[in-house]
Amino acid sequence: MTTTAYRSQEEFFLDPQRCIGCHACEMACAECETNGQLAMIHVDYVDRAVSPQTSVQVCMHCEEPTCARVCPADAIAKDELGVVHSANAARCIACSNCVLACPFGVPKKVEPMKLMMKCNLCYDRTSAGRRPMCATVCPSGALWYGTRERMAAMRPNSTPVNEFRFGLQRVKTRVNVMMPKGSTELVVDGTEAP
Amino acid sequence: MLSTLNLRALGWALLASALLAASVVAGSRNLQNFDGALAAYLFATLFAAFGIVYRYAVWLQRPPTRLYWRAGWRLLFSRRFPAYLAELARRLVDELALQRFIWKRSPKRGLAHVLLAWGCLSAFAITIPLVFGWVHFTLKSGTIDVYEAHLLGFHAFDFPLGGFVALNLFHALNWSSVLVLLGVFGFLRRRITDAGQISTQTFEMDLMPLVLLVLISVTGLGLTWDYELMQGRAHAFMAISHAITVILFLLWLPFGKFFHVFQRPAQLGVALYQREGEAGAQAVCPHTGEAFASRLHVEDLKQVTSELGYDYRLTGGGSHLDLSPQGKRAALAKAHLAARSESGAFFG
Repeated sequence: MTTTAYRSQEEFFLDPQRCIGCHACEMACAECETNGQLAMIHVDYVDRAVSPQTSVQVCMHCEEPTCARVCPADAIAKDELGVVHSANAARCIACSNCVLACPFGVPKKVEPMKLMMKCNLCYDRTSAGRRPMCATVCPSGALWYGTRERMAAMRPNSTPVNEFRFGLQRVKTRVNVMMPKGSTELVVDGTEAP
Repeated sequence: MLSTLNLRALGWALLASALLAASVVAGSRNLQNFDGALAAYLFATLFAAFGIVYRYAVWLQRPPTRLYWRAGWRLLFSRRFPAYLAELARRLVDELALQRFIWKRSPKRGLAHVLLAWGCLSAFAITIPLVFGWVHFTLKSGTIDVYEAHLLGFHAFDFPLGGFVALNLFHALNWSSVLVLLGVFGFLRRRITDAGQISTQTFEMDLMPLVLLVLISVTGLGLTWDYELMQGRAHAFMAISHAITVILFLLWLPFGKFFHVFQRPAQLGVALYQREGEAGAQAVCPHTGEAFASRLHVEDLKQVTSELGYDYRLTGGGSHLDLSPQGKRAALAKAHLAARSESGAFFG
């Protein structure tokens, strides 16, 4: 892999609360060369019947990726930069284990292709020192890619958090979520389900 | 290194290699039909068999793989045997023979893969029986232009030299080489022009296999070129260079990209599992209120994740895995909103 121009000091910062549901990121995501012109990012209405809230989700690139561990075909790999790659097309057997086990609901299965695909941080761009496509077009700052110092200057009242708790399971990720200042983790424990 | 050996896999690999070696001795009638010039190919094939079975056995011990392996066989031999056998046969043709799912990824990719795959598979189907001494040819006694083909030491059929059958039998590997080369060039074109591929491919997993196949095919065609057009003057060079490339391929087979050939049939077991799941109860997402997967799959995944050391049980009961992917994303967004709300500021 071409990793010589990778800027390891730059990180991805996600702030779902800032998402305005414009779908610009989806259009940009489909331009990423590694996706084959398919958008891998998710833009959702959280609960459309009662709220206009929208949310955006990229792959969080977990330190211990559940998707890779539940893959029966060893098709998902995390590289030395911490990027969890889309399924190896030669190996993926389209079982959907990753789709159903990812705690963030990220992987997509393209059934006719018998292939799981997901965000790989626009590896064609980030490995060449460029920002991911979605982060270049997001108008509201829900998706941002750059240095931690720059982010701290831009959002002094927020703290980047990369630790999550889903019920009893702790998950640490490469991608950060912007949380209220002083936060250390984001807890998802069923209280938000109807 | 010895401490990392997987003893169960080692046992299966040794057994498979021993059975294969025994089948060579039996099939070649105590080696009387075995061609000594092909001994290096035989030992490389035995090593490949050992490595493939070892890796496969290790692979099957992983919890998610073991689940599908067991479920696939159990479902095939269940009371739905006729229906599942028909499903298997249909998918065998559609997915493994025609490889329609690769054509859906891209027609050029599909064409290149079918050419390459059938070129390789036909080459193996021809080479292995010859190397093992299971197939050999003799001149029919009393003639100077009729050959006899023997299978496992039994006379199979006669064919005249110089005829259509002889031409295709003796050149079958050349036709395989042409298929392989056409496929390889299709993939090489993609690997040097597709920006996405360029950024993620590795030499050892993506380019070296193609280079190796080119070398095998070209040196194989070179053997025919040599005896047809060069009066055999370069035979030693052609034979040795072809043997080296093929043996390298065989030695590398268990470790590299081509192991996917042995993994791919798992897709058929998964298909039976999914069909069984569709016929049973469905998992309904508490957030969307819609069915998103089979209950069988969701419950099995809870077990698999638990075996892998994950615990997605919620403190109030239930599991995070009961949510559909959309439900999980919504749960995260709601938790984020709740945290922001509690802090008194939605943005910061």
